[in-house]
Amino acid sequence: MSVPGAWYLGLAAMLFSIGAVGLLIRRNVLIMFMCVELMLNAVNLTFVTYARMLNDIGGQVVVFFVLVVAAAEVVVGLAIIVSIFRRRADATADDISLLKG
Amino acid sequence: MIGQLDPIVLPHVEWSLLSPELILIGGALALLVAGTFRRDRAMAASACVFTVAVAVAALVASWGLWGDVGGGAGGARLAVADAVVVDGFAIFFTVVICVSVALGALLAHGYLRQEKLEAPSFYVLMMLSASGGILMAKANDLILIFLGLEILSIALYVLAGYHQRREQSREAAIKYFVLGSFSSAFFLYGVALTYGSTGSTNLGFIAEFLSTQTVTGGVLLGGFALLLVGLGFKVAAVPFHMWTPDVYQGSPTPVTGFMAAAAKAAGFAALLRIFFSAFGTEQLDWKPIVWVLAVLSMVVGSTLAVVQTDVKRMLAYSSISHAGYILIGLQAANDRGIAGSLFYLLAYAFLIAGSFAVVAIVSRRGDLRTGLDAYRGLSRDRPALAFAFTVFLLAQAGVPFTSGFLAKFYVISAAVEARSYAIAVIAMLASVVAAFFYLRLIVVMYMAENQTMAGVGPETSTGDIESAGEGGVATAVMTRVHVPVAAAVAIGICLAFTIGAGLLPQPVIDFARHATILRL
Repeated sequence: MSVPGAWYLGLAAMLFSIGAVGLLIRRNVLIMFMCVELMLNAVNLTFVTYARMLNDIGGQVVVFFVLVVAAAEVVVGLAIIVSIFRRRADATADDISLLKG
Repeated sequence: MIGQLDPIVLPHVEWSLLSPELILIGGALALLVAGTFRRDRAMAASACVFTVAVAVAALVASWGLWGDVGGGAGGARLAVADAVVVDGFAIFFTVVICVSVALGALLAHGYLRQEKLEAPSFYVLMMLSASGGILMAKANDLILIFLGLEILSIALYVLAGYHQRREQSREAAIKYFVLGSFSSAFFLYGVALTYGSTGSTNLGFIAEFLSTQTVTGGVLLGGFALLLVGLGFKVAAVPFHMWTPDVYQGSPTPVTGFMAAAAKAAGFAALLRIFFSAFGTEQLDWKPIVWVLAVLSMVVGSTLAVVQTDVKRMLAYSSISHAGYILIGLQAANDRGIAGSLFYLLAYAFLIAGSFAVVAIVSRRGDLRTGLDAYRGLSRDRPALAFAFTVFLLAQAGVPFTSGFLAKFYVISAAVEARSYAIAVIAMLASVVAAFFYLRLIVVMYMAENQTMAGVGPETSTGDIESAGEGGVATAVMTRVHVPVAAAVAIGICLAFTIGAGLLPQPVIDFARHATILRL
């Protein structure tokens, strides 16, 4: 039994939405960060599915680029998170409220 | 399957066509290595000079490319397996971004010294970020645009948090990082949906595909929308502007100036190329959305800027409203509109770099005095500085005989030409609202009495600033602000361009117009 491509696209759309909503409603910065990764991987799934449906290798190649970019983002992101929460007990976004107006 | 695979054919890479990026990347790497050997004051100064030299070298290289593309044998063309396009449009943005690097470096020197921050890595990040921006302008493939966007952004996330000891700077970095990567994910999903509905990520292929076939269904529309969201974040268009005021206020001021000039230009380069060139046949679908974004940006940006008391935040909201004006050029979707947008971005790069240069100088050590009060009586304290700031603010408000007036004039006249009368009227009304807060700042500089200045002689200079800074902001022992030489040069250049392009606009307009015509 083969799973139709549209199901993969639907799953990817759901994962992307979970990531987007999660980023907006969760208050822990690390979890917000994980939500971004979830969104990027949902996009990867979409690319692979389309590559399969279109019978085109391009979409699969894109995934490698995205993985590299995501890794680079992790490096910078974790460094920023560590620098801001070094002196605090927990990493909630509610404490980051110096700039507003 | 494995036996049947064709051998991998590596694309031919025309290195000379990529020379501006390569010069910037090479310069960044050289400086990174050199920075590990020496870390003294002389090194900081030479790093600044080196960065300016690299930016100028990249400008010279793009000047060579311009001759090649415009009059030479080559013409506008595709390179590196059609992934890169070298045309007037790309070279124009290369120039804008290189100019921002040079101005940003001049501005950063005094700031880094005053804040006792490590110099070389700052310039390295700036050059790397600029190379990403140039890549965005040159890309003919959505994936390459994404890579350029990330190279630009990741370096900017670090730059926003460069002043590690300041909590505001760290906070700006994390806000920029979270919202920036959020928007990148949206952009990437837009790329995926566009790929799914057209079968390629190459912009030329997409344009050809869309002109020969009609695509029905929501996938392509979803792709448009998500691409617009992702780039809307980068250029700070309403309703994707929430990060802008916080990040602009919290970041070190030279970074803010660079970010406002270069990141906005790169974002618009991608936006204009994707929508005007690749999706040109689908104008009926995206024009109304761009209309709404432009109007919202102008109206919200201008009105919220009025209630700000912090000058950096005010300039952030004004940069949001400028994004709205530049979007008018895209909404008009004719050559005049695109040329208007290009002119606007070049003029704006000088205006915003100059404005933030003044803000960086006035905010003194600690980068804290950015409120309106800090500008009281600046005209008596530093007449030249106050004059320069006045010119930048008037130009941003769109007063005649400045580059800002012509920039607004061209985008609005393009809208009229495209019969979008409503947006032209809204743009003019919004600029009236915007004039209020620019003028208020000028009034504060010239009219308001500066109490703390009383009794302080004009000959007190740098020495006292050291002691004034120690006590924090509260010690109102205000001496004259110290103007570093490099920053003064940067302000002079910005001033010369703003007035020069206002009085003799023809060469700049021709540049923007040719860049629009020489487009693939």
